[in-house]
This record gives sequence, C-alpha cells and structure tokens, in this order.
Amino acid sequence: MNDFKVKVKDLSLRYGTNSALKNISMDIPEKKVTAFIGPSGCGKSTFLRTLNRMNDLIDNVTIDGEVYIDNINIYDKNIDVVNLRKKVGMIFQKSNPFAKSVYDNIAFGPRINGISQKSRLDEIVEFSLKQAAIWDEVKDRLFNSALSLSGGQQQRICIARTLAVNPEIILMDEPASALDPISTGKIEELIHELKKQYTIIIVTHNMQQAARTSDFTAFFYMGDLVEMNRTEVIFSNPGKKQTEDYISGRFG
Amino acid sequence: MIKDLVRLKSKGQNTAKEIVSFNNKKFRFSDWFAEKVIKAVAFLSIAIVILIFIFVFREAFPIFKMDKKEAVSTELLVQESYGGAETGSASVKTTDNQVDNSNKIQATDEKPSSTLLSKTWMPVSDNPRYGMWPLFLGTLKVTLIALLFAAPVSILAAIYTSMFAKPRIREIIKPVIELLAGFPSVVIGFFALMVMATVFQNIFGYASRLNGFVGGIAMGLAAIPIIYTLTEDALTAVPRTFTEASLGLGASRRQTAFYVVLPAAVPGIFAAVVLGIGRIFGETMIALMATGNAAMISMNPFDSVRTLSATIGAEMAEVVFGDTHYNVLFLIGSLLFIFTFALNALAEFYFKNMIIRRYQSKK
Amino acid sequence: MNRNVKDTIVEGITGVSVLLIIFIIVSILAVTIVGGWPNLNWTFLSEFPKDGMTKGGIFPAIVGTAMMTIIMAVAAVPFGVITAIYLAEYASEKSVIAKTIRFAVKTLAVVPSIIFGLFGLGFFIGFIGKNMDGLLNGGELKWGQPNILWASFTMALLTLPVVIVSVEEAIRTIPREMREASLALGATKWQTIRRVVLPGSVSGILTGTILAVSRGAGEVAPILFTGAAYFLSDLPRSLSDQFMSLGYHIYIMSTQSSNVDATLPIQFATTLVLLLLTFSLNAVAVTLRYRIRKRAK
Ligand SMILES: Nc1ncnc2c1ncn2[C@@H]1O[C@H](COP(=O)(O)OP(=O)(O)OP(=O)(O)O)[C@@H](O)[C@H]1O
Ligand SMILES: [Mg+2]
Repeated sequence: MNDFKVKVKDLSLRYGTNSALKNISMDIPEKKVTAFIGPSGCGKSTFLRTLNRMNDLIDNVTIDGEVYIDNINIYDKNIDVVNLRKKVGMIFQKSNPFAKSVYDNIAFGPRINGISQKSRLDEIVEFSLKQAAIWDEVKDRLFNSALSLSGGQQQRICIARTLAVNPEIILMDEPASALDPISTGKIEELIHELKKQYTIIIVTHNMQQAARTSDFTAFFYMGDLVEMNRTEVIFSNPGKKQTEDYISGRFG
Repeated sequence: MIKDLVRLKSKGQNTAKEIVSFNNKKFRFSDWFAEKVIKAVAFLSIAIVILIFIFVFREAFPIFKMDKKEAVSTELLVQESYGGAETGSASVKTTDNQVDNSNKIQATDEKPSSTLLSKTWMPVSDNPRYGMWPLFLGTLKVTLIALLFAAPVSILAAIYTSMFAKPRIREIIKPVIELLAGFPSVVIGFFALMVMATVFQNIFGYASRLNGFVGGIAMGLAAIPIIYTLTEDALTAVPRTFTEASLGLGASRRQTAFYVVLPAAVPGIFAAVVLGIGRIFGETMIALMATGNAAMISMNPFDSVRTLSATIGAEMAEVVFGDTHYNVLFLIGSLLFIFTFALNALAEFYFKNMIIRRYQSKK
Repeated sequence: MNRNVKDTIVEGITGVSVLLIIFIIVSILAVTIVGGWPNLNWTFLSEFPKDGMTKGGIFPAIVGTAMMTIIMAVAAVPFGVITAIYLAEYASEKSVIAKTIRFAVKTLAVVPSIIFGLFGLGFFIGFIGKNMDGLLNGGELKWGQPNILWASFTMALLTLPVVIVSVEEAIRTIPREMREASLALGATKWQTIRRVVLPGSVSGILTGTILAVSRGAGEVAPILFTGAAYFLSDLPRSLSDQFMSLGYHIYIMSTQSSNVDATLPIQFATTLVLLLLTFSLNAVAVTLRYRIRKRAK
C-alpha cells in the first residue's frame, strides 16, 4: 500500500453547479506509467489537474475529498502549492514554451529556484535536454527562440523544462495529440525512459498509445472512474462492459 | 551518450535535488510584498477620484459661507493678467456687454452666493456679480449645436462602416476617423478660429465671427470620434445571428440595419451619445478659442457665447487665490464634475445593464 | 418608393456622413500643412521667440513640452502598469473593489480636462505646494505656485487611464497557457508576472506610454494654470520653474497676442509641429497595438 505515490480518496469536483468528477478513488504506483482514457469531456484533464492543484486557478471550482502525495493530503490548508507543483510537474496538450530562447526556457525553473550561477545552469540545461532526448537536435540552437522549433521539438523542450525542476511526478495531458507519428514515437520512447525515475500519469485518446506506453490504465466515463487495472488486463479482459465497448471502438 | 548521461545525472542530481517539501506553507516575502504594493497602488485610482471631489468642492465651498462680498481691487487683477489678455476683440465685447447689464442692476451689499443665479456674469468689477445663468445657457446652446451636428453624422457614419462598407473599406475608414481623436483640441480650436469662422461667416453672413455656432460645430468635431467608435462597437456587438436571420428572410441590408441591428443597439448608441455630451460639455480649449466668450443671454445660435468650462479656463489664471471669484470658478468646476460623473455613471450602469438584459432575453 | 431606390438613398446618406468626416480631417491637415510648412525650418525649431514673440522660433516650447511629458510619463507609467496588473492578474471580475477601481479609471477618463487643471491648482499647488513651502522653505513661496512639476503631475492623472487600458489589454492577450506553464514549474504568482507576463506586455506598456505622451503633449486645459507660461527667456532649470508648451503657445498666440496677424505664420507652423508630433506618436502606437491584437487572435 505504501509504495503508491498518489492516493486519491473520494474526490469530487464541480465547476459551479456542474459536477465534473464524482467520488473518484484510486492509487497510482510509483515509477510506473498510468494512463487515463475515456471519451471527450469525461473529466480526464480535470482529474489530472487536481493532482497538482492547477484547478485552483479557475474561479468557481469546488473540490471535495483527498489526494495524498507521499502520504500528505495536498488539499490540506497548510499545503504550499508552489512547492507541490515543483514536485508534480505538468506537460500540456498544446506545447507551450515561453517566447524565450531554448536555454532560457529550460533555465526558467532553476532560476526561479534561485540558481543563478552560469556553470550550474549550463549543466542543468544540458542534463535536462539530454534526458528529454533533444540535446542533439538543439545543442547548436540553444539561444534561438524556442518558438522556432517544430511542434514535436517544442513539446520535448517543455518536457525538458519540467525535468529541470526535478519533479517526482510528471502529469501529461495528451502530450502527443497534436504531433505527427514520428514525433509521437519519440515522445513515447521518452516516456519509457523517464519512468525509470519518475512517476508518470498520461491522458490519451489513443488506445494504442495507452497500450504501448502504460503499465496501468484507468477508464473514465462522465466523471466516474469506471475501472482501473494493469494495462494488459484492461485491454485484454476488461471488467466492465463500458470499458470493453470503449476500447473496441464501439463507442462515441 | 549513456555514459555521458550517467555522469551528468549524478552531477545534476546532487546540484539541483534539494528536498522540496510542500506540507508547510512557506512565507515568500517578495510575493507578499508585491501583492501589497500592487493592491495599494490600484487603490490610488479610487483615491484620486475622491481627492478630485474633495479638493474641487473644498475650494468652492466658502462661497456659501461668506456673508459679504470681498472688495477686490480690479486694478490689481488687471495688472496680474497677461499682457494682451484683455485686448482681444472678444474680451472687449464681453466687457461692454456686461457694463450694459450692470447698470440696470443696483445691488451692492449682497452675499456673493445670492448673485449666483442672477443674469449677469461680471466677476471683475467694483461690484462683482457671479450670475451663472448666461454661462449655463451658453453651455447648453453650444452643447446642443455640437450634438445636433456630431450625433447624426457619427451614427450614420458608424452605420455605414458596420453595415454597408466592404471589409477592406472598413479597415481604412475606421482608423482614419479615429485619427480625429488624436487631434489635440487646441488644434481643432485653431482650425475653427482660422478657417471655420471665416467660411461660416461667408455662408451665413452673421455679425460676430466667433459665436456659438462655430464653437458648437468645432466641439462636435471633438465628440465625433467618441460617438462614432462607441456606436460602431455597439452595432458590431449585435449578435450575428440577428443579422443573418433577417437577411435570410429576404430583407435588404438597409432594412436589416434599421429594423434589426439599430433597435438592438439602441442602448449602446445612447451610451455613446451620453459620453459624447460629456466630452462636449467639458471641452475647454475649443470653447475658449471659437465661441467668442461673451457671457450674454440670447437664443440666437450666431451670437457669441461663454461656456462654463471656458469661463474657468479664461479667468482662473487671473484670479486671486482664495477670493470669491476663485471660489465661484471652483463651484463651476464642481458642477462640471458632478455632471460628467453622472453622465459616466449613467452610461456605465444604466445603459450597460440595458444592453446585457436585451441580449440575454433574446438568447 | 421602390425598395431598391430606398436602399440606395440610405446607403448614400450614411456614406456621405463618412465622407464628411474624412473631408473635415483632410481639411484640418491640409490647412495646417499649407499654412505651416513655409515657416517650418531649422531656425524655427531651434530658436527662442524674438521681437515680442512676432519673430523667431519655438525652441523653448518644444523643450518644455518634451520635459513635461517625460516627467508625466515617469509618474503615470509605473502607476498605470501596476494598476493594470492588479486588474488583469489579482482582481476577480466580480469583486466590488475591482469594479470600483474600474469605475474610477473610467471616471478619470471622462472627467473634463479643465477639472484636472482645477484639481492641480487646488491640490498640488494650493495644498501640497503650500505645505511644502511651510515646512521646507519657512513659508517662502517656491512650490506653492505653478511649475513644471505640478503641471506634469496634473497631466499624469489625466493620462493614467490611457496607460491602464493599453497595458491591461496587452496583459490579457498573453495566453493562459503561458501562465499555466510558469505556475506548473513551481513559479509563484509574482514570479510568473515578472518573468512571463511583464516581458510579454512590453509592447503594450510601450503603446500606453506613447499614447499617454501624445495625449499629454496636446492637452492644454490642465496646464493653463498649473505651470505653463506665455513667454520665458530661459529653459526650465528646476522642477519649480514654469515652462512653455506647444499647445499653450498656439492658444495664446492665436487668441491673446496683441498682433495676431503678424504672428500668423508662427501660429500655423507651431500647430503643424504639434500635429506632426502627436500624429507620429499615435501612428507608432497604433501600429504596435495592431500587432498586439493580431497576436491575440
Ligand atoms: N474551466 C471549466 N469551467 C467549466 N467547466 C469545465 C471547465 N473545464 C472543463 N469543464 C467541464 O468539465 C467536464 C470535463 O472536462 P475535461 O476537460 O476534464 O474533459 P476531458 O476528459 O479532458 O475531455 P477531452 O478528452 O476533450 O480533453 C466537461 O464537461 C467540461 O465541459
Ligand atoms: Mg482534456
């Protein structure tokens, strides 16, 4: 039980009066890839964003229940959300590098943590870019604008940027949905590498992607967690009819 | 590559991996301080409005407490004024006119506040009179002329821009008309003084070159960009579904514009006109330069007029700090302020609510 | 009447209104250019007025306008930017405080400029200045009279809404994704503002500043009795000196000079200079703003 990195208990969320998540409970294991699947609008992104309290930014959101990360309830009054987000990084569906150079993008996190020594920043930038498997592609363009890179490269810059903060958990919201198959392949490879060190949670619409990359899969439907299990089990022998319908594509 | 990574990894880790704990809220001074400063500064806008209220009213207030008019030496005032100030043709006329009036009224020991509603504005004399009546009338007259000119022209132009013009033409018209907003009012005033006054005099053949009509049209020019832009916004804000439904039923663009779009945009257009009135009402430089500045009671649009704001502009620099005349000018300022404040509040709350309600009910 | 005829007539009338406005704009430009161009030369720009203002140039008025608008911008821009940050980043739309601040900003934008002049006189000169004299100068008159500092401050109040509106608009075009990216990296709100929002709003801040300067350079009513002077034989040397300004110069020369006809060329040329100044500033601002809006789409 204690090797679960994230434990969610009875989590409900409403946007105004609109219920988007209903009594979700789940445990997410450490240093594994967990995939969230489900039809559009079922609350995958919403749920993902509760894990680093990104929903705090939206007006009118009510959240009940508990989310434990390393056995600390992140919805406690005393939680330092800023530090929480350093520990729980996030990659967005649309790559969102800053309109700065590649170098400044990666150095953003270390800098806000007070690292200003050039040699250390260089080191972290190189290390993070290598970790994100994009160093070779950008090492000669470190001081060009990140926006001049291709979409796939931008997304890996965003991953490198997150890695530079040294998170323990990385949340990815459809990180490859806007990319071509080759870039998608690179991201999937990268996820495979990263799970040796990080707990990864990924939202995806692509069944094959979930099957290829994840160890565990959770199926959401209309704000409910329908079922969660080892990925092989979900894809070969799902426990619920709804899940089966969805993964076999018989479903909206 | 792998070796490289391993080397870097160990380095990277022992450099950047400080244990971040999130179970206790951290106090971050810079964030706390920034927020406090930002909030405090943002309050400044409110504070300024309140201060304007207080200080403009404060200087006006003594007028109601004074029991006797102060004897202010006229010569002193004349000496203090600028070299040529009293020799302008308009000013001379003003003085003549006032002398005429003052002969009929013989009051010497009145409270200054009791002359406020009289019919003579003659602040600089042995027996100063502060009748604001001609100023009110003049302001009203000029505002009316300006509005009668500016409102139809700008509303029609806005209708053309949003309803009839092709997109490419619209892209040209809008910025060009908005250029007018960038003309300093002293430039418009100068144009009115130099060109419009002469042209209009040739057309209409009236006596005094500078008068309420010239001033009104010139002040209308200053209001045109405001009314035009806001009306155009109001028209484009009408949901496209309205227009499409109407055009789809076979109505022409003209019919759609006048029977569908225009009625839906009425509150917005009212707000535009109201703000235009505010602009005209408070306009000082054009009034000073183009209206002739004689404080008389007349209904003729081609007579010279003196507006409230022009009175402040013309006389404040020559007045003795703290005397009755000074207070009366501040009183005029207070009235101007209250009036534009009310207009703004009206446009802001009343018309805006009307706009919101209209679209909601039709949704 | 035939429907098509009606359509044509109505479209014609509205179109004529547009043409009328454009005609007026062109006339003002043409008259100013034709009247002012012959006298516009380097001597005119670089000399002091001579012979009782009937000859010479407008150098001190140009310098005075520049100095006044610079001091004004230094006062107005920081306050405007911070207020815009508050409205865009800190205030929730529904909060009463935010609504009140917004209303106050709008009020400042519509208060007649002459009222700012009165306020400057009553507050800066009559209250702050007089009290400064009482405390610092032992009652000797120095700050309690019109000067360039009080005129600039008065103008700053008038142009504050211009800055606020431009900067807020620019801040709001910064995509939410950028803020989220920063916050998700563990940046605090202030770090996000300082490192992501403000750098992204530089062009908006610039636009606001330029528009404010352009507005301040053209306004005359607020400085009529807070610091502008008819003629000075010297440039302002300290903040407690009076100054000459282009707009005030036009006003005085065209209405109150003892020999209006002799100074006519000077009046036109001065108007042309002021118009060129405000126009070129506006053109830059409009271009910048256009770019910001395009980015927002
Ligand atoms: N900011 C918001 N305000 C109000 N409602 C929202 C907001 N964000 C999401 N919702 C609603 O919450 C529900 C869940 O949305 P969410 O984005 O989590 O779905 P999703 O599973 O990620 O969908 P997709 O696969 O399309 O990304 C939807 O009904 C959506 O309309
Ligand atoms: Mg989603």
